[in-house]
Amino acid sequence: CSLCFQKNQELTDQQKEFQEVARKFAREEIVPAAPSYDKSGEYPFPLIKRAWELGLMNGHIPEDCGGMGLGIFDACLITEELAFGCTGVQTAIEANSLGQMPVIIAGNDAQKKKYLGRMTEEPLMCAYCVTEPGAGSDVAGIKTRAVKKGDEYVVNGQKMWITNGGKANWYFLLARTDPDPKCSASKAFTGFIVEADTPGVQPGRKELNMGQRCSDTRGITFEDVRIPKENVLIGEGAGFKIAMGAFDKTRPPVAAGATGLAQRALEEATKYALERKTFGKFIAEHQAVSFLLAEMAMKVELARMAYQRAAWEVDQGRRNTYYASIAKAYAGDIANQCATDAVQIFGGNGFNSEYPVEKLMRDAKIYQIYEGTAQIQRLIISREHLGKFKQ
Amino acid sequence: CFAPFLCLRPPQIRVKPDRTGVVTDGVKHSMNPFCEIAVEEAVKLKEKKLVKEVVAVSCGPQQVQETIRTALAMGADRGIHVEVSGKDYETLGPLQVSKIFAALAKKEQADLIILGKQAIDDDCNQTGQMTAALLDWPQGTFASEVTLEADKLKVVREIDGGLETIKIKLPAVVTADLRLNTPRYATLPNIMKAKKKKIVNVKPADLGVDVSSRLEVLKVDEPPQRQSGVKVETVHDLVEKLKEAGRI
Repeated sequence: CSLCFQKNQELTDQQKEFQEVARKFAREEIVPAAPSYDKSGEYPFPLIKRAWELGLMNGHIPEDCGGMGLGIFDACLITEELAFGCTGVQTAIEANSLGQMPVIIAGNDAQKKKYLGRMTEEPLMCAYCVTEPGAGSDVAGIKTRAVKKGDEYVVNGQKMWITNGGKANWYFLLARTDPDPKCSASKAFTGFIVEADTPGVQPGRKELNMGQRCSDTRGITFEDVRIPKENVLIGEGAGFKIAMGAFDKTRPPVAAGATGLAQRALEEATKYALERKTFGKFIAEHQAVSFLLAEMAMKVELARMAYQRAAWEVDQGRRNTYYASIAKAYAGDIANQCATDAVQIFGGNGFNSEYPVEKLMRDAKIYQIYEGTAQIQRLIISREHLGKFKQ
Repeated sequence: CFAPFLCLRPPQIRVKPDRTGVVTDGVKHSMNPFCEIAVEEAVKLKEKKLVKEVVAVSCGPQQVQETIRTALAMGADRGIHVEVSGKDYETLGPLQVSKIFAALAKKEQADLIILGKQAIDDDCNQTGQMTAALLDWPQGTFASEVTLEADKLKVVREIDGGLETIKIKLPAVVTADLRLNTPRYATLPNIMKAKKKKIVNVKPADLGVDVSSRLEVLKVDEPPQRQSGVKVETVHDLVEKLKEAGRI
């Protein structure tokens, strides 16, 4: 039999206060600025700097490195509020958490103090460098090579779709250290911390994407990049497990981000439905529309409960892979559905760039792709589910 | 020393069916915006090392502790929660609050009381003035600028005709107006630090204050519904209609 979800349903006072700050910042500062960042694609550094000043970023960094040591649950509360404002801005911020997570879970004291410490001293960005042009879902298929030469590793390869690729101060890099194709994934890869200004690190051009356009996404070429052995996380061959382990902690916040977008879609659509009239009444009074809103509300509430469960499980020290995947898969799917439905409720206006909902549709799509595609999540969930069943 | 009020922030105000007041159940309460500005000013004075200690005070039920915590997260040093709840809280008005503040100011030996010019739920705009009168202290109300000059306070006041600058001796009462400053956000690290700051509970009786009200609310009504207008085709029609209505 399974454990009953016993989380106290009320947020603590501190959690409510954190949520208030994030909410105020998102609604007063992110929401008004988001449309112009979306149009220009400019990196929202002023907003990121503000978020950093308010303590809304880098929440996971342990206290002994100058951070607040927040749990995943608290981080998710903040993430949902920021995402409500703009998921482009929120993704730029979230990429820091993803890049830092391998160091938080696998770094030694010196690595943590050096690379996490500097993030709390100034508003720096970092990035998680795993995906390649030829390998996304199939992480074990990456081809970037790291060869040991004396006290260094020499890295050659090509990464792609790296969020904050052009803005990062340092990267978490996954590269193959064992050339033997028969070597198992759990031993063939190594995780490194790479300073972005290392000679040979060449960020490509900023990619123009469908949505979350102000987020900086790039290809990065590594040409004979030398990494000192001190920057290896744990040891040679430990990289795959570290890279995957980070996801259990970062998938709930990504699900929270998708939920924030869905919540925004619901609120915008509701406001519009109570203002726009057709056939003699507010469109919200027509069941076709109110039912759409009801279903959006159902999805938002359930997505929220899903990410909260996943976050709470990992904060309790338990393996949360099953819940994290469910939350991410569900939230990504419903974010897309709610965004589309919001455009539908706005009608012709929804299709137009003067209204806020078409941006939500464009922004939502990536939630079914990054941080593990919708299909990969289903692979994980089915594997976990069948595994439990067989026991 | 200052006093952040908890005020109502409902999306829409509704009158209670028995017409004795407005619906407060389940309505979000948060710090009065003018009091936020007062807190900010006090914290700024402390940052400039012009005052030694900032004490946040609020009167009301258990909920007001959240407001005091917000003030602590903004930079106040400690808090005082004057417990008033139930029926007493419903009838708590500016006069009783002023008496509480006056008693506290004497007890704490405060040099400056700074609060919002009015609460946005009742718009009374009385507490600051009454507190000053009870203490026989000078007052600088509707402040849009406050400067400490030796033992005097220079206050620029927003008045109907423009701006008035006055100099008042300390100890004094100042009420904050909109343009005094822009309140800071409580940052997350400061919210965490605020948990270690102390909030002391006090009852009005401990201060020798009687909070019973001498006012009786007879009724509360919503403003009259806006009547729909009439469209007219020409200026001539407009003039005719105005004459008919006895307006010209």
